[in-house]
Amino acid sequence: MTVLEQPGAYRPTPPPGWQPRVDAAPLLPDTEPYRVLGTAAAADVSPDLLTRLHRELVRGRRYNAQATALTRQGRLAVYPSSTGQEACQVAAGLVLEDRDWLFPSYRDTLAAVVRGLDPVDALTLLRGDWHSGYDPHAHRVAPLCTPLATQLPHAVGLAHAARLKGDDVVALALVGDGGTSEGDFHEALNFAAVWHAPVVFLVQNNGFAISVPLAKQTAAPSLAHKAVGYGMPGRLVDGNDAAAVHQVLAEAVHRARGGGGPTLVEAVTYRIDAHTNADDATRYRPDSEVEAWRAHDPITLLEDALRDRSLLDDEGVRAARESAERFAADLRTRMHQDPVLDPMELFEHVYAVRTGQLREQAAQLRAELDAEAGEAGKGER
Amino acid sequence: MTTAVGADTARKPATMAQALGRALRDAMAADPSVHVLGEDVGTLGGVFRVTDGLAEEFGEDRCTDTPLAEAGILGTAVGMAMYGLRPVVEMQFDAFAYPSFEQLVSHVARMRNRTRGAMPMPITVRVPYGGGIGGVEHHSDSSEIYYMATPGLHVVAPATVADAYGLLRAAIASDDPVIFLEPKRLYWSKADWSADAPERVPPIGRAVVRGPGTGGRRAATLISYGPSVPVCLEAAEAARGEGWDLEVVDLRSLVPFDDETVCASVRRTGRAVVVHEAAGFGGPGGEIAARVTERCFHHLEAPVLRVAGFDIPYPPPMLERHHLPGVDRVLDAVARLQWESEWTEGSAAR
Repeated sequence: MTVLEQPGAYRPTPPPGWQPRVDAAPLLPDTEPYRVLGTAAAADVSPDLLTRLHRELVRGRRYNAQATALTRQGRLAVYPSSTGQEACQVAAGLVLEDRDWLFPSYRDTLAAVVRGLDPVDALTLLRGDWHSGYDPHAHRVAPLCTPLATQLPHAVGLAHAARLKGDDVVALALVGDGGTSEGDFHEALNFAAVWHAPVVFLVQNNGFAISVPLAKQTAAPSLAHKAVGYGMPGRLVDGNDAAAVHQVLAEAVHRARGGGGPTLVEAVTYRIDAHTNADDATRYRPDSEVEAWRAHDPITLLEDALRDRSLLDDEGVRAARESAERFAADLRTRMHQDPVLDPMELFEHVYAVRTGQLREQAAQLRAELDAEAGEAGKGER
Repeated sequence: MTTAVGADTARKPATMAQALGRALRDAMAADPSVHVLGEDVGTLGGVFRVTDGLAEEFGEDRCTDTPLAEAGILGTAVGMAMYGLRPVVEMQFDAFAYPSFEQLVSHVARMRNRTRGAMPMPITVRVPYGGGIGGVEHHSDSSEIYYMATPGLHVVAPATVADAYGLLRAAIASDDPVIFLEPKRLYWSKADWSADAPERVPPIGRAVVRGPGTGGRRAATLISYGPSVPVCLEAAEAARGEGWDLEVVDLRSLVPFDDETVCASVRRTGRAVVVHEAAGFGGPGGEIAARVTERCFHHLEAPVLRVAGFDIPYPPPMLERHHLPGVDRVLDAVARLQWESEWTEGSAAR
């Protein structure tokens, strides 16, 4: 006789009407980050995709270096580098159809560039001439989002709206490991799951929220595990394995488009550079850690896989680097031109129609500008 | 205009809540991109029944019960607006809207500006606001100043049944985000109103003079909006017996602000009192008094006074009558406008 079988023992019974909603097992992520490169699965990836990923990774690495250099030259106010995370950026930029939408955060300019955005337009926010440098509808890229995780509910709302209109549009939203602690992350995932919205959330777990390591960010077994609580699958992937990130995202996008609902993907990667040029990463992590991740570099992983399949030789590597160099030179040249700004534009887009108050203030600024121009004219005489 | 026989164009008593519901219904019928979302707006019809029947008539895709999460409600509305819909969001009670402030301030208010006009945010946020209904804590805040202080938002508060309908239709039709403050204690106020031939209401941003002055001995302008308008009208009625001729300006819209109508009235009367429920310190009245003083200084016979809620967290329901500006407090302020009798040279000579 067990304890519970004894007379008068506490007998747990489920509350009335309670039943488990889903079997959690299929929602759980793998125990190890999923990999393609260096495994047998690499042989199945199309040569075109591997080559494309390589070209974009090399160009992306050069883009990060160039943008970082532009901050030292005072051409960018700030640049949050994605060096080391290029595989996530490139896969996110390539995996969507034209009609789909990308929701980037401030560190995700490379994903936007891979999607086709002019790099100068992608850097407008960081240069500081306007808060966004592009029409979001042109490439279906939402404005870079600076507050953490607040772009996630936007992605859910857009995907939901598209589905209501009968369009098979998918939204891919990017967020960092720190962003998963924000309330908007929770609300977005919950809405997405309840509404069965065609959204894919890609968490780029790069190890740090500025200086705070993942262990101080969450006690969850992995960030992908968080998916289970919302009722969506969580996938864990090696974020430096471009082929793996692309494959996992492609499956999630396919699933969303087919009416299968949202997916949370955690890509385990590393931010090789500091948070931004204003940050000193040596204060919170040892060089040995950075070096270990350099040995797991996304470009090296991919080049090894391409060489294994004889899809790349020294000449191919040289060609990719030269192409990236031309891209950087063009970016450098154009970023060294001062943007032409019209201060009167400050009043242009606050409302569809200017309020009386803004008309008065615009007149005031106009008069100040005219007076300045008059003073400058006097000086020239 | 001729009317079809049998059409229900008769003016009948209607409540503000009914007029608001009718505005939502008519807007949804006129434009398939209008979607209503919020907590309890569907099956229940909203806790104030403003959205009653909408889910039944337009389906749950158009009038959607959301998870209980204000940031999520407004945040998803941003995405819906990005894709060309016109979301009308309900924030069940004023103080429940606070979790959504980041979405409101960082995205809703700025998206048009950020994208150089490429991404307007035609979102209406309905906020049942203010006190006087005996609500417990977090159910009676007047939070208009937070919205007013955020460039990019329009802020509207109707005081009559006709305005409730007209302004809500205008808010939903606006290509800009509108914070639509619904005075809870006027939800059940009634007026003769015709749902099928609603009177025209001017576009957002126009104030109206209610109970214009009749040329009495002493004149003053009471400037107010939303739930305080009926208080001011009652005060004006009572003050007539005291020889005061009070003009009541109902702002209807706090942003944009109608300087023209307000200042025209103050120039006529020479005196002004601003009346609202929100706390006085840092409140809307300070901004309004400053604007009036800047524009009408030489017409003023007395300082612009403010009658506001106390500078306290909204009180518990059994004490709220001591907090809310009532007719007596407005009349006391009006009495204090007899400035020249105490201070001007002329009065000293008498």
